[in-house]
Amino acid sequence: MSGPALYGLLAEFPSADALCAAARHARANGYRRVEAYAPFAIEGLDDIVGADKGWIAPLTLLGGILGGAGTYFLQWYAAVIDYPINIGGRPLHSWPAFIPATFEVTILGAAVAAVLAMLVLNGLPQLYHPLFEVEEFELASRNRFFLCLPARDPVFAPGPARDLLEELQPLLLREVPA
Amino acid sequence: MSTPDTRPNADVLRPGWGYASVTDKIAGIVLDDHFGWRWWTAFLVASAGVCALLAAVSWLLVKGVGIWGVDIPVAWGFAIGNFVWWIGIGHAGTFISAVLLLLRQKWRTSINRFAEAMTLFAASIAGLFPVLHLGRPWFFYWLVPYPNVMNVWPQWRSPLVWDFFAIATYLTVSLLFWYVGLIPDLATLRDRAGLHGERKRQIAYGLLALGWRGEARHWARFEWAYLLLAGLATPLVVSVHTIVSLDFAVGNTPGYHSTIFPPYFVAGALFSGFAMVLTLAIPLRHAFGLHDFITQKHLANAAKVLLATCWLVGYGYLAEIFTSFYSGDIYERYMTVNRFTGPYGPVYWAMLACNVLVPQLFWFRRVRHNVPLLFVLSLVINCGMWMERFLIVVTSLHRDFLPSAWGMFYPTRWDWITLFGSIALFVWLFLLFVRFLPLISIAEMRELIRESVKGEG
Amino acid sequence: MKTHPIFAIAQDEPARRRFLKLMAASAALAGAGCSGPPAETIVPYATMPEQGVPGLPMFYATAFVRNGLAHGVLVESNMGRPTKVEGNPDHPVSAGATDVFAQASILQLWDPDRSQAVFNGEEMATWSAFDAALQARRPRFERDGGAGLAILTGTVTSPTLAAQVATLRERLPNLRWHAWNPLHDDGVAQAAQLAFGRPLDPLYRLDEAKVVLALDADLFGTMPGSLAHARAFTAPRRLGASVDANRLYVLEPTPTLTGAYADARLARAPHEIEVALMRIAARLGVGTDPGRAADTMLDRWEAAVAKALDGARGHALVVAGPTVSPAGRALAYALTAHLNGPLAFIEPVERSPLDHGASIAALADDLRAGRVDTLLILDANPAYDAPADLDFARLLQRVPLSAHLGLYRDETARAAGWHLPMAHCYEAWSDARAHDGTATVVQPLIAPLYGGRSAHEILALLAGADTRNGHALVRATWKGDDAAWRDSLRRGIVADSAAQALATPAARPPASPPVPAAPPLVALFAPDPAVDGGAFANNAWLQELPRPLTSLTWDNAALVGPATAKRLGLVDGAVARLRVDGRTVDAPVLVVAGQAEGVVTLPLGYGRRAAGGVGEGVGFDAYRLRTRTPLPSLTLERTGRTHDLAVRQKEVDMHGRDPVHVRELARERPQQASLYPEQAYTDYKWGMAIDLNACIGCAACTLACQAENNIPVVGKEEVARGRSMHWIRVDRYVAGPRTLFQPVPCMHCEHAPCEEVCPVGATVHDSEGLNVQVYNRCIGTRFCSNNCPYKVRRFNFLQYANQNVESLKALQNPEVTVRRRGVMEKCSYCLQRITRARIEAEKGDRRIRDGEMVTACQAVCPTRAIHFGDLNDPSSDVVAAKASPLDYHLLEELNTRPRTSYTTRVLNPDPELE
Repeated sequence: MSGPALYGLLAEFPSADALCAAARHARANGYRRVEAYAPFAIEGLDDIVGADKGWIAPLTLLGGILGGAGTYFLQWYAAVIDYPINIGGRPLHSWPAFIPATFEVTILGAAVAAVLAMLVLNGLPQLYHPLFEVEEFELASRNRFFLCLPARDPVFAPGPARDLLEELQPLLLREVPA
Repeated sequence: MSTPDTRPNADVLRPGWGYASVTDKIAGIVLDDHFGWRWWTAFLVASAGVCALLAAVSWLLVKGVGIWGVDIPVAWGFAIGNFVWWIGIGHAGTFISAVLLLLRQKWRTSINRFAEAMTLFAASIAGLFPVLHLGRPWFFYWLVPYPNVMNVWPQWRSPLVWDFFAIATYLTVSLLFWYVGLIPDLATLRDRAGLHGERKRQIAYGLLALGWRGEARHWARFEWAYLLLAGLATPLVVSVHTIVSLDFAVGNTPGYHSTIFPPYFVAGALFSGFAMVLTLAIPLRHAFGLHDFITQKHLANAAKVLLATCWLVGYGYLAEIFTSFYSGDIYERYMTVNRFTGPYGPVYWAMLACNVLVPQLFWFRRVRHNVPLLFVLSLVINCGMWMERFLIVVTSLHRDFLPSAWGMFYPTRWDWITLFGSIALFVWLFLLFVRFLPLISIAEMRELIRESVKGEG
Repeated sequence: MKTHPIFAIAQDEPARRRFLKLMAASAALAGAGCSGPPAETIVPYATMPEQGVPGLPMFYATAFVRNGLAHGVLVESNMGRPTKVEGNPDHPVSAGATDVFAQASILQLWDPDRSQAVFNGEEMATWSAFDAALQARRPRFERDGGAGLAILTGTVTSPTLAAQVATLRERLPNLRWHAWNPLHDDGVAQAAQLAFGRPLDPLYRLDEAKVVLALDADLFGTMPGSLAHARAFTAPRRLGASVDANRLYVLEPTPTLTGAYADARLARAPHEIEVALMRIAARLGVGTDPGRAADTMLDRWEAAVAKALDGARGHALVVAGPTVSPAGRALAYALTAHLNGPLAFIEPVERSPLDHGASIAALADDLRAGRVDTLLILDANPAYDAPADLDFARLLQRVPLSAHLGLYRDETARAAGWHLPMAHCYEAWSDARAHDGTATVVQPLIAPLYGGRSAHEILALLAGADTRNGHALVRATWKGDDAAWRDSLRRGIVADSAAQALATPAARPPASPPVPAAPPLVALFAPDPAVDGGAFANNAWLQELPRPLTSLTWDNAALVGPATAKRLGLVDGAVARLRVDGRTVDAPVLVVAGQAEGVVTLPLGYGRRAAGGVGEGVGFDAYRLRTRTPLPSLTLERTGRTHDLAVRQKEVDMHGRDPVHVRELARERPQQASLYPEQAYTDYKWGMAIDLNACIGCAACTLACQAENNIPVVGKEEVARGRSMHWIRVDRYVAGPRTLFQPVPCMHCEHAPCEEVCPVGATVHDSEGLNVQVYNRCIGTRFCSNNCPYKVRRFNFLQYANQNVESLKALQNPEVTVRRRGVMEKCSYCLQRITRARIEAEKGDRRIRDGEMVTACQAVCPTRAIHFGDLNDPSSDVVAAKASPLDYHLLEELNTRPRTSYTTRVLNPDPELE
């Protein structure tokens, strides 16, 4: 294979169903890294393209645990070890009073972890992407659906890929330079 | 279902809308400038109010909290009342976004965005008051646990410290929730602006959109994270107002020291929050012609929620009265009787009228579908809830244990300016929001359309 | 009360005298408008080697002179600055306590509004100029024996002053000495004149009295010797020990401290009281019964009181006050004598003319007739307070040479030709006697702040004497060697100077005294509990002190009874027009329970026109209605206007909560369980017990605390808003006919609700169980105050502490932080005193002795109602007090475990009157 470096082949479809069909077809032909772009989350499409979201939940849990445990420890350390003082005859380790802050920071830690996990796993922020060079791709955030066969896919070869996409009669077919 | 139309979601989204038209309609509100004199007038009026607020705050910092009506025994006055009121309003947004999402309520879609904005602004404003009401506001950060030269820590047993954590968490999580939901729409705006050839906006929105492309795997993780956030925000909503209520319930003052407070405050929060949603939604849909997105169904549902929560609140009032007499505690009893017949009695009865009596109108379908009336009623409820906050804070304090220490609270002009100034600030922020961000979630509207299209066969 | 070691008697060795000179120098350096002690040797009350340590306060024994009477005090001096007044434990009257005026005198000393220059008319002048003007007339005085020369003083008991006038008179026989003090009780001398044919002062021995009948006689309040009276009468009742030891019956027209403490009290108009006196006397075989319109209540009273008096022969006392006619008072003397009661008589302690009313009238006549061409007014303010019908201010302007010596450039100063700044009694040498004749040499603590001079120096000036130095003049009065002199300086009393009781002939009952007239509405002019006759009008501490029986601050009001108010359609704050034979004054009305119907009390001393920044224009001037006619009839009409009255305590009903326990059966206090672990207080464990049986509600504690702890004054508007700053307030409850007082400081709860809710730990417990407030950590959330069931916390809503006036800075107690705006404050159990005591103890490597640590409120209390000490010391006074079965906690049900507790008030009512 020669010629200018290629990111992949991009095909535009009119409807979500067409996109799903196309994606299914591409997967059937062994395309592992097929990318489907839609203006909204299409139910089922993630399974077709084989999305993996397994990490987010565990990371969220971890964030929560860290937040909670850290906060309780901080309160215990501050009130019992570092600066013990008689507050209205209350015990130094007034655990019931330490719960609210602990709870709040648990939520905080989990929420922050969830968002960060989502962004990182999605490789965002990523302000530049070859696809943005394709003028029509702007419709991906409006009413059009795109399927992209990236060149890095092991089974990718320019010729067969183009044939495969043309079988699906896309509204438009583009080579996306890397 | 309110309309004869049998297609799914037809009552929450009028038929005839496609991906493109919805996108252009909503994005258009932001992108093509048809903000006429009405927006500018509103904006200027609000700005004037904000200036008044700034003046009041400056004077407060110069002279001290004594410019307000607070005294001994009533050491907390408007500031704390306003704080609870605003934080309450700030609860509907997250509730709508999170709880209704978990419950898969379709009608949430077109109102959650601005409801979340409302939450964010209300909560931020609420956060101002506890700081301003301090004797030495410039030391508010002493509530933050940080290693310092004084070698001291916050006093963890104080509900005010819990409060600090609650408010901080709530603000952060609401902001994340709101922003994450915005990302796909920001991408849309980026691309629309690109089409309009508006470079500056394209860059601005582009930066905010973080390079969102709408790839299927991204959507999957996005949805999952969003769901998790919703799951986290739900207990958060409940916990925050619970903790706010503990500011009072932990105290020993008759009228504060009450176990009913947490649920009763949360109900009150939803009550006032949904009232504010109506107060905002009705002018919005009118101003931007969103009748197809924010339909009768939305307004009617909000009205039903108000009806339900008004009963919860009413139950709270009853429970308070019952327990105070059932307790046999002389101080509790006096406090209750004093609320009925004392110097602040009229406020109490006005509050009951606004919060319990008037909402009963929502039993009638004709009322639920009379938009102007709904708007008026939502305002009435907002006032009612403010009065409730005021009563809890002031009437409990002004006559507590020792008759020799009894007193009164009379608000000063600075109290009033600060209250109305905070409302102006809220409006001001909201006007900027509708000016620069899509006030309805475009991506979610597209999903809604897809489902309706599916339904068509 | 055991006394603090630094109150202990001193040895006066020369070494320390040198030190005093050093102190003078250092204090002069210390600046702040004060120039340290004067050059003459003044002798500190106490001494220990430690005294030499700069920074440790020294105490000087001297006297605070009010209305001519000496009040034995110890003045605390910090680095040469007088900062606090304590009672002199050795003084027979104060016995370690003081009243509110003595406490506030220190603020008077530093008052920036005090006169600071000699004035000739409106022109600033000099002392030498005045001297010249005076000397110019001396040749003529010498020629005509001082004809046309007159002196006007207030009440004078000073032997030195009297001696000076006497010597003057030898040379100038025509010199006239007049006296005018608006509060002077002329009736005393007149009554004695009737009873014994000569003026005498009565001495009431309340310690020996078992039954006391007070007829409008404010034994504990306004009468001379009030502190001694209160202490003596309450002594057996302390801690509810033997309450039945004595019983107090009070008939009075307007509420007084005495009436509030009475076991039986009845409010009646003065003429009814006088008749009641006659009928009681008649029942006991003295005088005749004038008869009276039916009054069943009063009938029962007369019967019961007569019976009680009769049953207590030898220990029965009948005291008639100022509104009872001289004849009536003579009758009271006769009745007491008849009952062989504990009443003694002494030669009058006053040396000035005894009948001030006649004296001022005579002077007015002379002025009108132009018989006076030189008038010296020494520490009197007749232009403001002389009888209205004399129109004294105008007369004064006719005098060719008139000079006024006073602390302030007041109304008289402005009417007179010359004004001379007077030295405060803490700035000059003098002497004075207490009501029982005990003499005190008044020694200065500080050189005159504003170049003032004393009356002695002015008279010396007049005499052209060569010794014009106050020290020399006073020293000359008190013969005896230096040792005796120093001893009297050190102890604050001149040994054996108390007057001897005279063997008097049995008092003759006057031939049936005339039955007084009964006007429908009568005006009763009374000294104000805060500003007295007006002399203290510019004293912000006193202005802001809630008046004990009305809680009114920063004002006076016409007090009327509920029925009278109803009849006239008057409510609190309604402005009424008062008219007394043609003269009118507009005054706000305050409706007072316990005020006799048909009597309107008009507190004197307000409406000052030239008092200073604080006192001018406050309240209304009752003097404008006051002539020499006693108890004039008056009319009241509504004006429709209203006036804001700043009343500290708005609610006086107990609402069934019984904060003040009255005669509750002795019981064991239930041990209240708690989820919290017991905290161990192993070292000291401070606690306080307040004895409601001893408290007479005089509010001296409030003022002593204010002086000790640098408590700021907030002003009328702030008080009205409920922002007064007093750390210890005296609550007043009206329960049926009774008035109950309850001093409320911080309770220092062991389970303090305030501490739990403070987010920054600005209020915490220390190892000795004190609930301490950390000012510089406080951010002002005010949650602590909300959560304090006793509402004893005070908040600096604005910048209250005055940091602009130099002299007020000098007044501050250097051991107490001056709080800034935005922080909470409250009673600290006088933490600084605990620390001082601890340092003293640690020097001696011992524990603080019981009674060594005395809080300011405890020290000042005339009836020793406040007990304070270490609860870990089983032998301590406070432990004993708390051991009483009558001891209880305020709001006990909240289980806050207060360190401050109260002793249940036990009454000794007359069964026949209940």
